[in-house]
This record gives sequence, C-alpha cells and structure tokens, in this order.
Amino acid sequence: MTDVFTAHHVIEYPGGYTRSVGPVIGRFLTGLRDAKLLAVKLADGRVLVPPTEYDPTTSAEVAADGDHWIEVGPKGTVQAFTWVAEPRAGKHGLDKPFAFALIRPDGADTALLHAVDCGSADGIRIGSRVAPRWRAERTGTITDIEAFVPLGDGEEPEPATLHVPAEDEQPVTGINVPIRLEYELTAGVATSRYLKGLGEGKIIGGRAPSSDDVYAASRGTDPKSGEPTSIEVEVQDTGVITTFCVVNVPGLSDLAPEIPYVSAQILLDGANNCFFGLIRGISVDDVHMGQRVKAKWADELLPDHTSIQWFEPTGDPDADYELYKDYL
Amino acid sequence: MRDVAVVSYVCSTTAREAVHNETEMIVPVLHEAVEKSGIPSKEIGFVCSGSLDYLQGGPFAFVSGLDAVGAWPPVRESHVEMDAAWALYEAWVAIQTGEIDSALIYGFGKSSPGDLHEIMALQLDPYYLLPLWPSMVDMAALQASAFLAANGSTEDDLAEVAARSQRNAQQNPNAVRKGNVSAADVLKQPVTHQPLRDADIFPITDGSAAIVLAAGDLARKVSKRPAWIRGIEHRIEAHSLGVRDLTHSESTRAAGVAAGVAQGRVDVAELHAQFSHEELILAEALGLDAANTKINPSGGALAANAVMSAGLARIGEVAQRITNGDADRGVAHATSGPCLQQNMVVVLEGE
Repeated sequence: MTDVFTAHHVIEYPGGYTRSVGPVIGRFLTGLRDAKLLAVKLADGRVLVPPTEYDPTTSAEVAADGDHWIEVGPKGTVQAFTWVAEPRAGKHGLDKPFAFALIRPDGADTALLHAVDCGSADGIRIGSRVAPRWRAERTGTITDIEAFVPLGDGEEPEPATLHVPAEDEQPVTGINVPIRLEYELTAGVATSRYLKGLGEGKIIGGRAPSSDDVYAASRGTDPKSGEPTSIEVEVQDTGVITTFCVVNVPGLSDLAPEIPYVSAQILLDGANNCFFGLIRGISVDDVHMGQRVKAKWADELLPDHTSIQWFEPTGDPDADYELYKDYL
Repeated sequence: MRDVAVVSYVCSTTAREAVHNETEMIVPVLHEAVEKSGIPSKEIGFVCSGSLDYLQGGPFAFVSGLDAVGAWPPVRESHVEMDAAWALYEAWVAIQTGEIDSALIYGFGKSSPGDLHEIMALQLDPYYLLPLWPSMVDMAALQASAFLAANGSTEDDLAEVAARSQRNAQQNPNAVRKGNVSAADVLKQPVTHQPLRDADIFPITDGSAAIVLAAGDLARKVSKRPAWIRGIEHRIEAHSLGVRDLTHSESTRAAGVAAGVAQGRVDVAELHAQFSHEELILAEALGLDAANTKINPSGGALAANAVMSAGLARIGEVAQRITNGDADRGVAHATSGPCLQQNMVVVLEGE
C-alpha cells in the first residue's frame, strides 16, 4: 500500500470572527463595559440573564428599551459546576485550572455560564457565593468578566475599575472572537498516490474496474458510479483548455501570481475529468478554449501542488470542440 | 401516513481512521447498505446525508461524500449539518409525500483529526458562550453536576451505566471501547471532568453508518422482516443552559409521547447518550427501565460515537434487532446540540 500523506491543517479567521450583536445583546454587553449585569423581566415575571431577543418559553419579543431592563447581581450563587484541570491556551481566559459554573445572579431566575477562579476543585460547590472579577479594560464582551471569584461569608465583591467613556462612545454593536482550530488530516490512499506522483513528475489518476473513465487526481472513487478507482493510471501532463477565467482580483492566495492571470480547467490527455491549473507564458488576451497546453514542472519536485507551477501553450493546433464539449 | 421501514443498516467505526480519507471511508459502508437493501442503487429515490464540515476543517466538505454515492445520472439529494438521524427524518418526510418509495441515508465523520471537544464549542451561542470556549465535555459535566445534585443519583450510578455499556459492547464488532468491567473498575478511574470519569465520556471515534428506508410493499418485497417506523418525532428546547432544567429532558419526553413510546412494550432501546448521566436522564424521560427493556445492548454511544452518524446508528441498531427477530418493538433516540438540547425519538416495530 502507498504510504499515506498527512498534513497539519489550521483554520483561522485572521483578526477574529466579527459579528453584529443586535440591540438586546448589545445592551447587555454595553452593561458589562460599565461593570453591570443587566437582565430583562419577562411577561411572566421571570428575570432572564443574559437577555435574549425573545422569551425562551413563549418566544415573545424582548424589546431593547423599556423599564423591563433591570440590574441583577453582581453577586450570585453557583447552580452547577465542573473543574477544568487543563486550561486551553489562547481560548480560556485563565492560564491556571479553574471551574466552569452556571451562576444565578441575585435577583435573576436564570443562570449564566462563566469561569470561576476558585483555586482548586475543592474551592467550589453548588450553592457557593461568587461575584465577578471585572477586567480593568472592558470592551463590551462576555470576557469583560475575567472570572467569577468565591465570596466568603459577609464578604463584598471588589469594586470594578470605573469605565470612563470616550466622548464619542457608542453602545456596543459587535464582537470579535478569535477562532483557531488545528487538524492532522489524512490525504487517503488515492490522493496520496496522486501526490506521490507529483513528487516524481507524474500525474496519477485512477479508474474503477467497471468503467473506462480515468480521473486525474482521483479522491478514491468514480464520482459517476461511486465505485472505488482501484486501478492506477498515469495521465499525460499535456491537455486542452476547456474553460478559463481571467482573474483581476488581487490577493486571493499567497501562491497567486500578480494579476491579471488565468485560471483554467484542463482536460489532460488520457483523463476524463478536468484538472485545475494556471496558464502562463502567454498574454491573458491570447488564452482561449481548445488551446493545447503542457505542465511547467518546478525544478524541485515535491509531493504537493508546488510541483506543477503552471501550464503553458505547446503551440500545437487547437483541439476540436467535439473532443472537450462534454467537459464544459 | 405511509408505512416506512428500515430495510438495511450498515455501520463501521474505529478509534482512528488514519489511512482512508472520508470518501474512501464511506464507500464500503454505502455499497454494503445498498446491496443488503436488495434495491438497485439507481432505483433508490433519494439520498440524504448528515455530516459536519468543521470535523474536516473545510467548507462544503460534505460534497465529497457524494463521490461515494455515484451521483450520475443526477440523483435527488439533500444534506443536513447534523447527525444523520435528522437526514433520516427528512427522508421519511420525503417518502410521505408519495414522490418516492425508498431512500439511502448516511452519516459520516472523523473525530480524530482535530480536537472534537473544542470544535463542538462552535455550535454554541457565539455571543455569551463561544468566547469562553467551554468544551463539549465541560458542558456535559455541568449537566451531570446539576443532575446528581437534584436527582439523588451518585457517581456509582454513572459508573454502573459506563460499565454496562462496555460489557454490552463486547458483542459489538464496531465498539471502540469495550471490556468485562464492573462499576467498581470504573470508579477506580480518576475524575477528569468533575463528576465525570473517562469511562463516563464517549470515546473519540471515526466512522460512518448507512440506512436504507423503503415504503410499504417495496419494504415487504426486499426484507424478510422490515423494521417499521411507527412513530418519529423530534423536539428542541432553549439553547442557553441557564434557562433549562438540566436535570430532566423535557424535549425527549415530549418527543417520546408524540412518537408513542408508551403505547406498547419496549423490548430494546438504543439511546444516544454520549455521557453516562445522559442515559439516566433519557431513560427517565422515555419511561424506560432496565427490568423490562434492554437499554443500549450495542454499548451505545459510550462504546462508539462516530459524530454525525451515532444517532443514525441508534436507529439502525434497533432496526437490526427487530429484523433479526431478537425484538418485536424498540425505541431509538438521537440527540443534537449541547446537553441534550434537541432530541429525536423513533419507535420501530416488526410485523
């Protein structure tokens, strides 16, 4: 069996994932910036924190303005908890073990989830009294509370640093949450065969025993029948441009050349599917359907897509439309 | 209502599928499910799948699953970004329209390539919860904490569930965690997510499952004993944990009533409990007790929990026992969302 390639893969939203929060959540977050826990009194008299745009029982609208908005807490009572022995770097706000807890602020009928910095797992129980430890610099996010902390009998919470609003300060309308996930992905058997081929200057495809159709860069099946492409077939590094586009948008990828450039679908000789490639070595105005092209291989071949730098015209006569019309 | 039955079920799970990509992983499962159904693949009226792109870390990752179906000539197809039990529900509704008589449903996913517990935080409320990054297990442990405090159950009761799962799983070739263990063995493990131990938490699992549904006479023609869907319902409750009663599953109870769970004997139940306390909550919500019902004879999701197909597999495990003649009537359950937020209940019967 072919050795299977793996890749370290990261998905990350540069600068964080930005969301609008709407007026109801925005008002709660604005309250956090002022070191206040705001709640809403619902039609049945229950006090909901953190507020949502709708009553969670009846789905009636909760208005962003009105005297149903009240302040609760900041002291509260732990309803449920668990211990986090290993904080996640870059995600959790504390870099030492802590508890996650459902905390019902005084005056509220619901609980909010937050971290509790209580030293050890023994430092918290259901019924523990806690209060927020506010960050000094608050921006209007749930993490403006760094964590809740336990309160001793009769102990009052530390007051928050006063938030001095800028002259033109507006209510909170959005948040930004960094998201980063990491993976060790497996290419699979068919893709690994293909990648290995690239490292040897070959384009490997496959076909299913029940069909004559050859798929360059097969993912492992004949997509028409779903049958495994168990038979390895090398295809040519020459082919025909079936369709293409001239890219005039800069910065689509770190690997993208300077604009304008051409991305094309190429029907490789010996294959029954199209292969993606860039077209260079010719003015973008001269690229056309049916044009014969050949891969330009990199000087250093690796088992990845850097091995084929681009395709360039061979100068041969154009292919007959009949040859590629079924691949458009 | 048209009579609809499960006529084929195939499942394949492992702790880590490090050789094949997702498409390659599901090919044998789909092909075997179709072959077992006795319905030629090109005659199946509808294909519906469930998967989660974040497991692969790529947008529209589910589309590659179609390469295993063989979507030419073009097939009628749909996808849910949920456990494939909800794909089965969609297929059941499609069959009710009378437009089609059969459907192939599959779910797939690998939990091993990334950090599943962290990935599942992305299903949470993005304003109040995600910025805090509570993991899937942290959330479940909060529910377990609330449940034990309110219910009078103890960690011993959780350990009984976890140990029985592993013992039952010894008969299940797809189980990734199994063994002849006792509750006392489980209690020797350290508590990792108070009050949960490793054995109380589902094992990381890669894999897929597939089911073929068929209506009425077609089902009778292709199966010696179709597992008829007599009731199917799903209900959801509020997302915020703080507004829910975590110690009971009202959505499961309501779905169970609507599906008609109590209208007959329940020989077998497969509950999508990913944590041992969830099984206790679910059994109570459905009015099941171990004296009259075999609960999770496959070992359940504590034995193998291939995310996005484990709920579908619960339906398949019950159907298989009915088709085999081991049971006449059974209940399957699937869940979605944090702490049993959304629940589906399916009642299956033999004739």
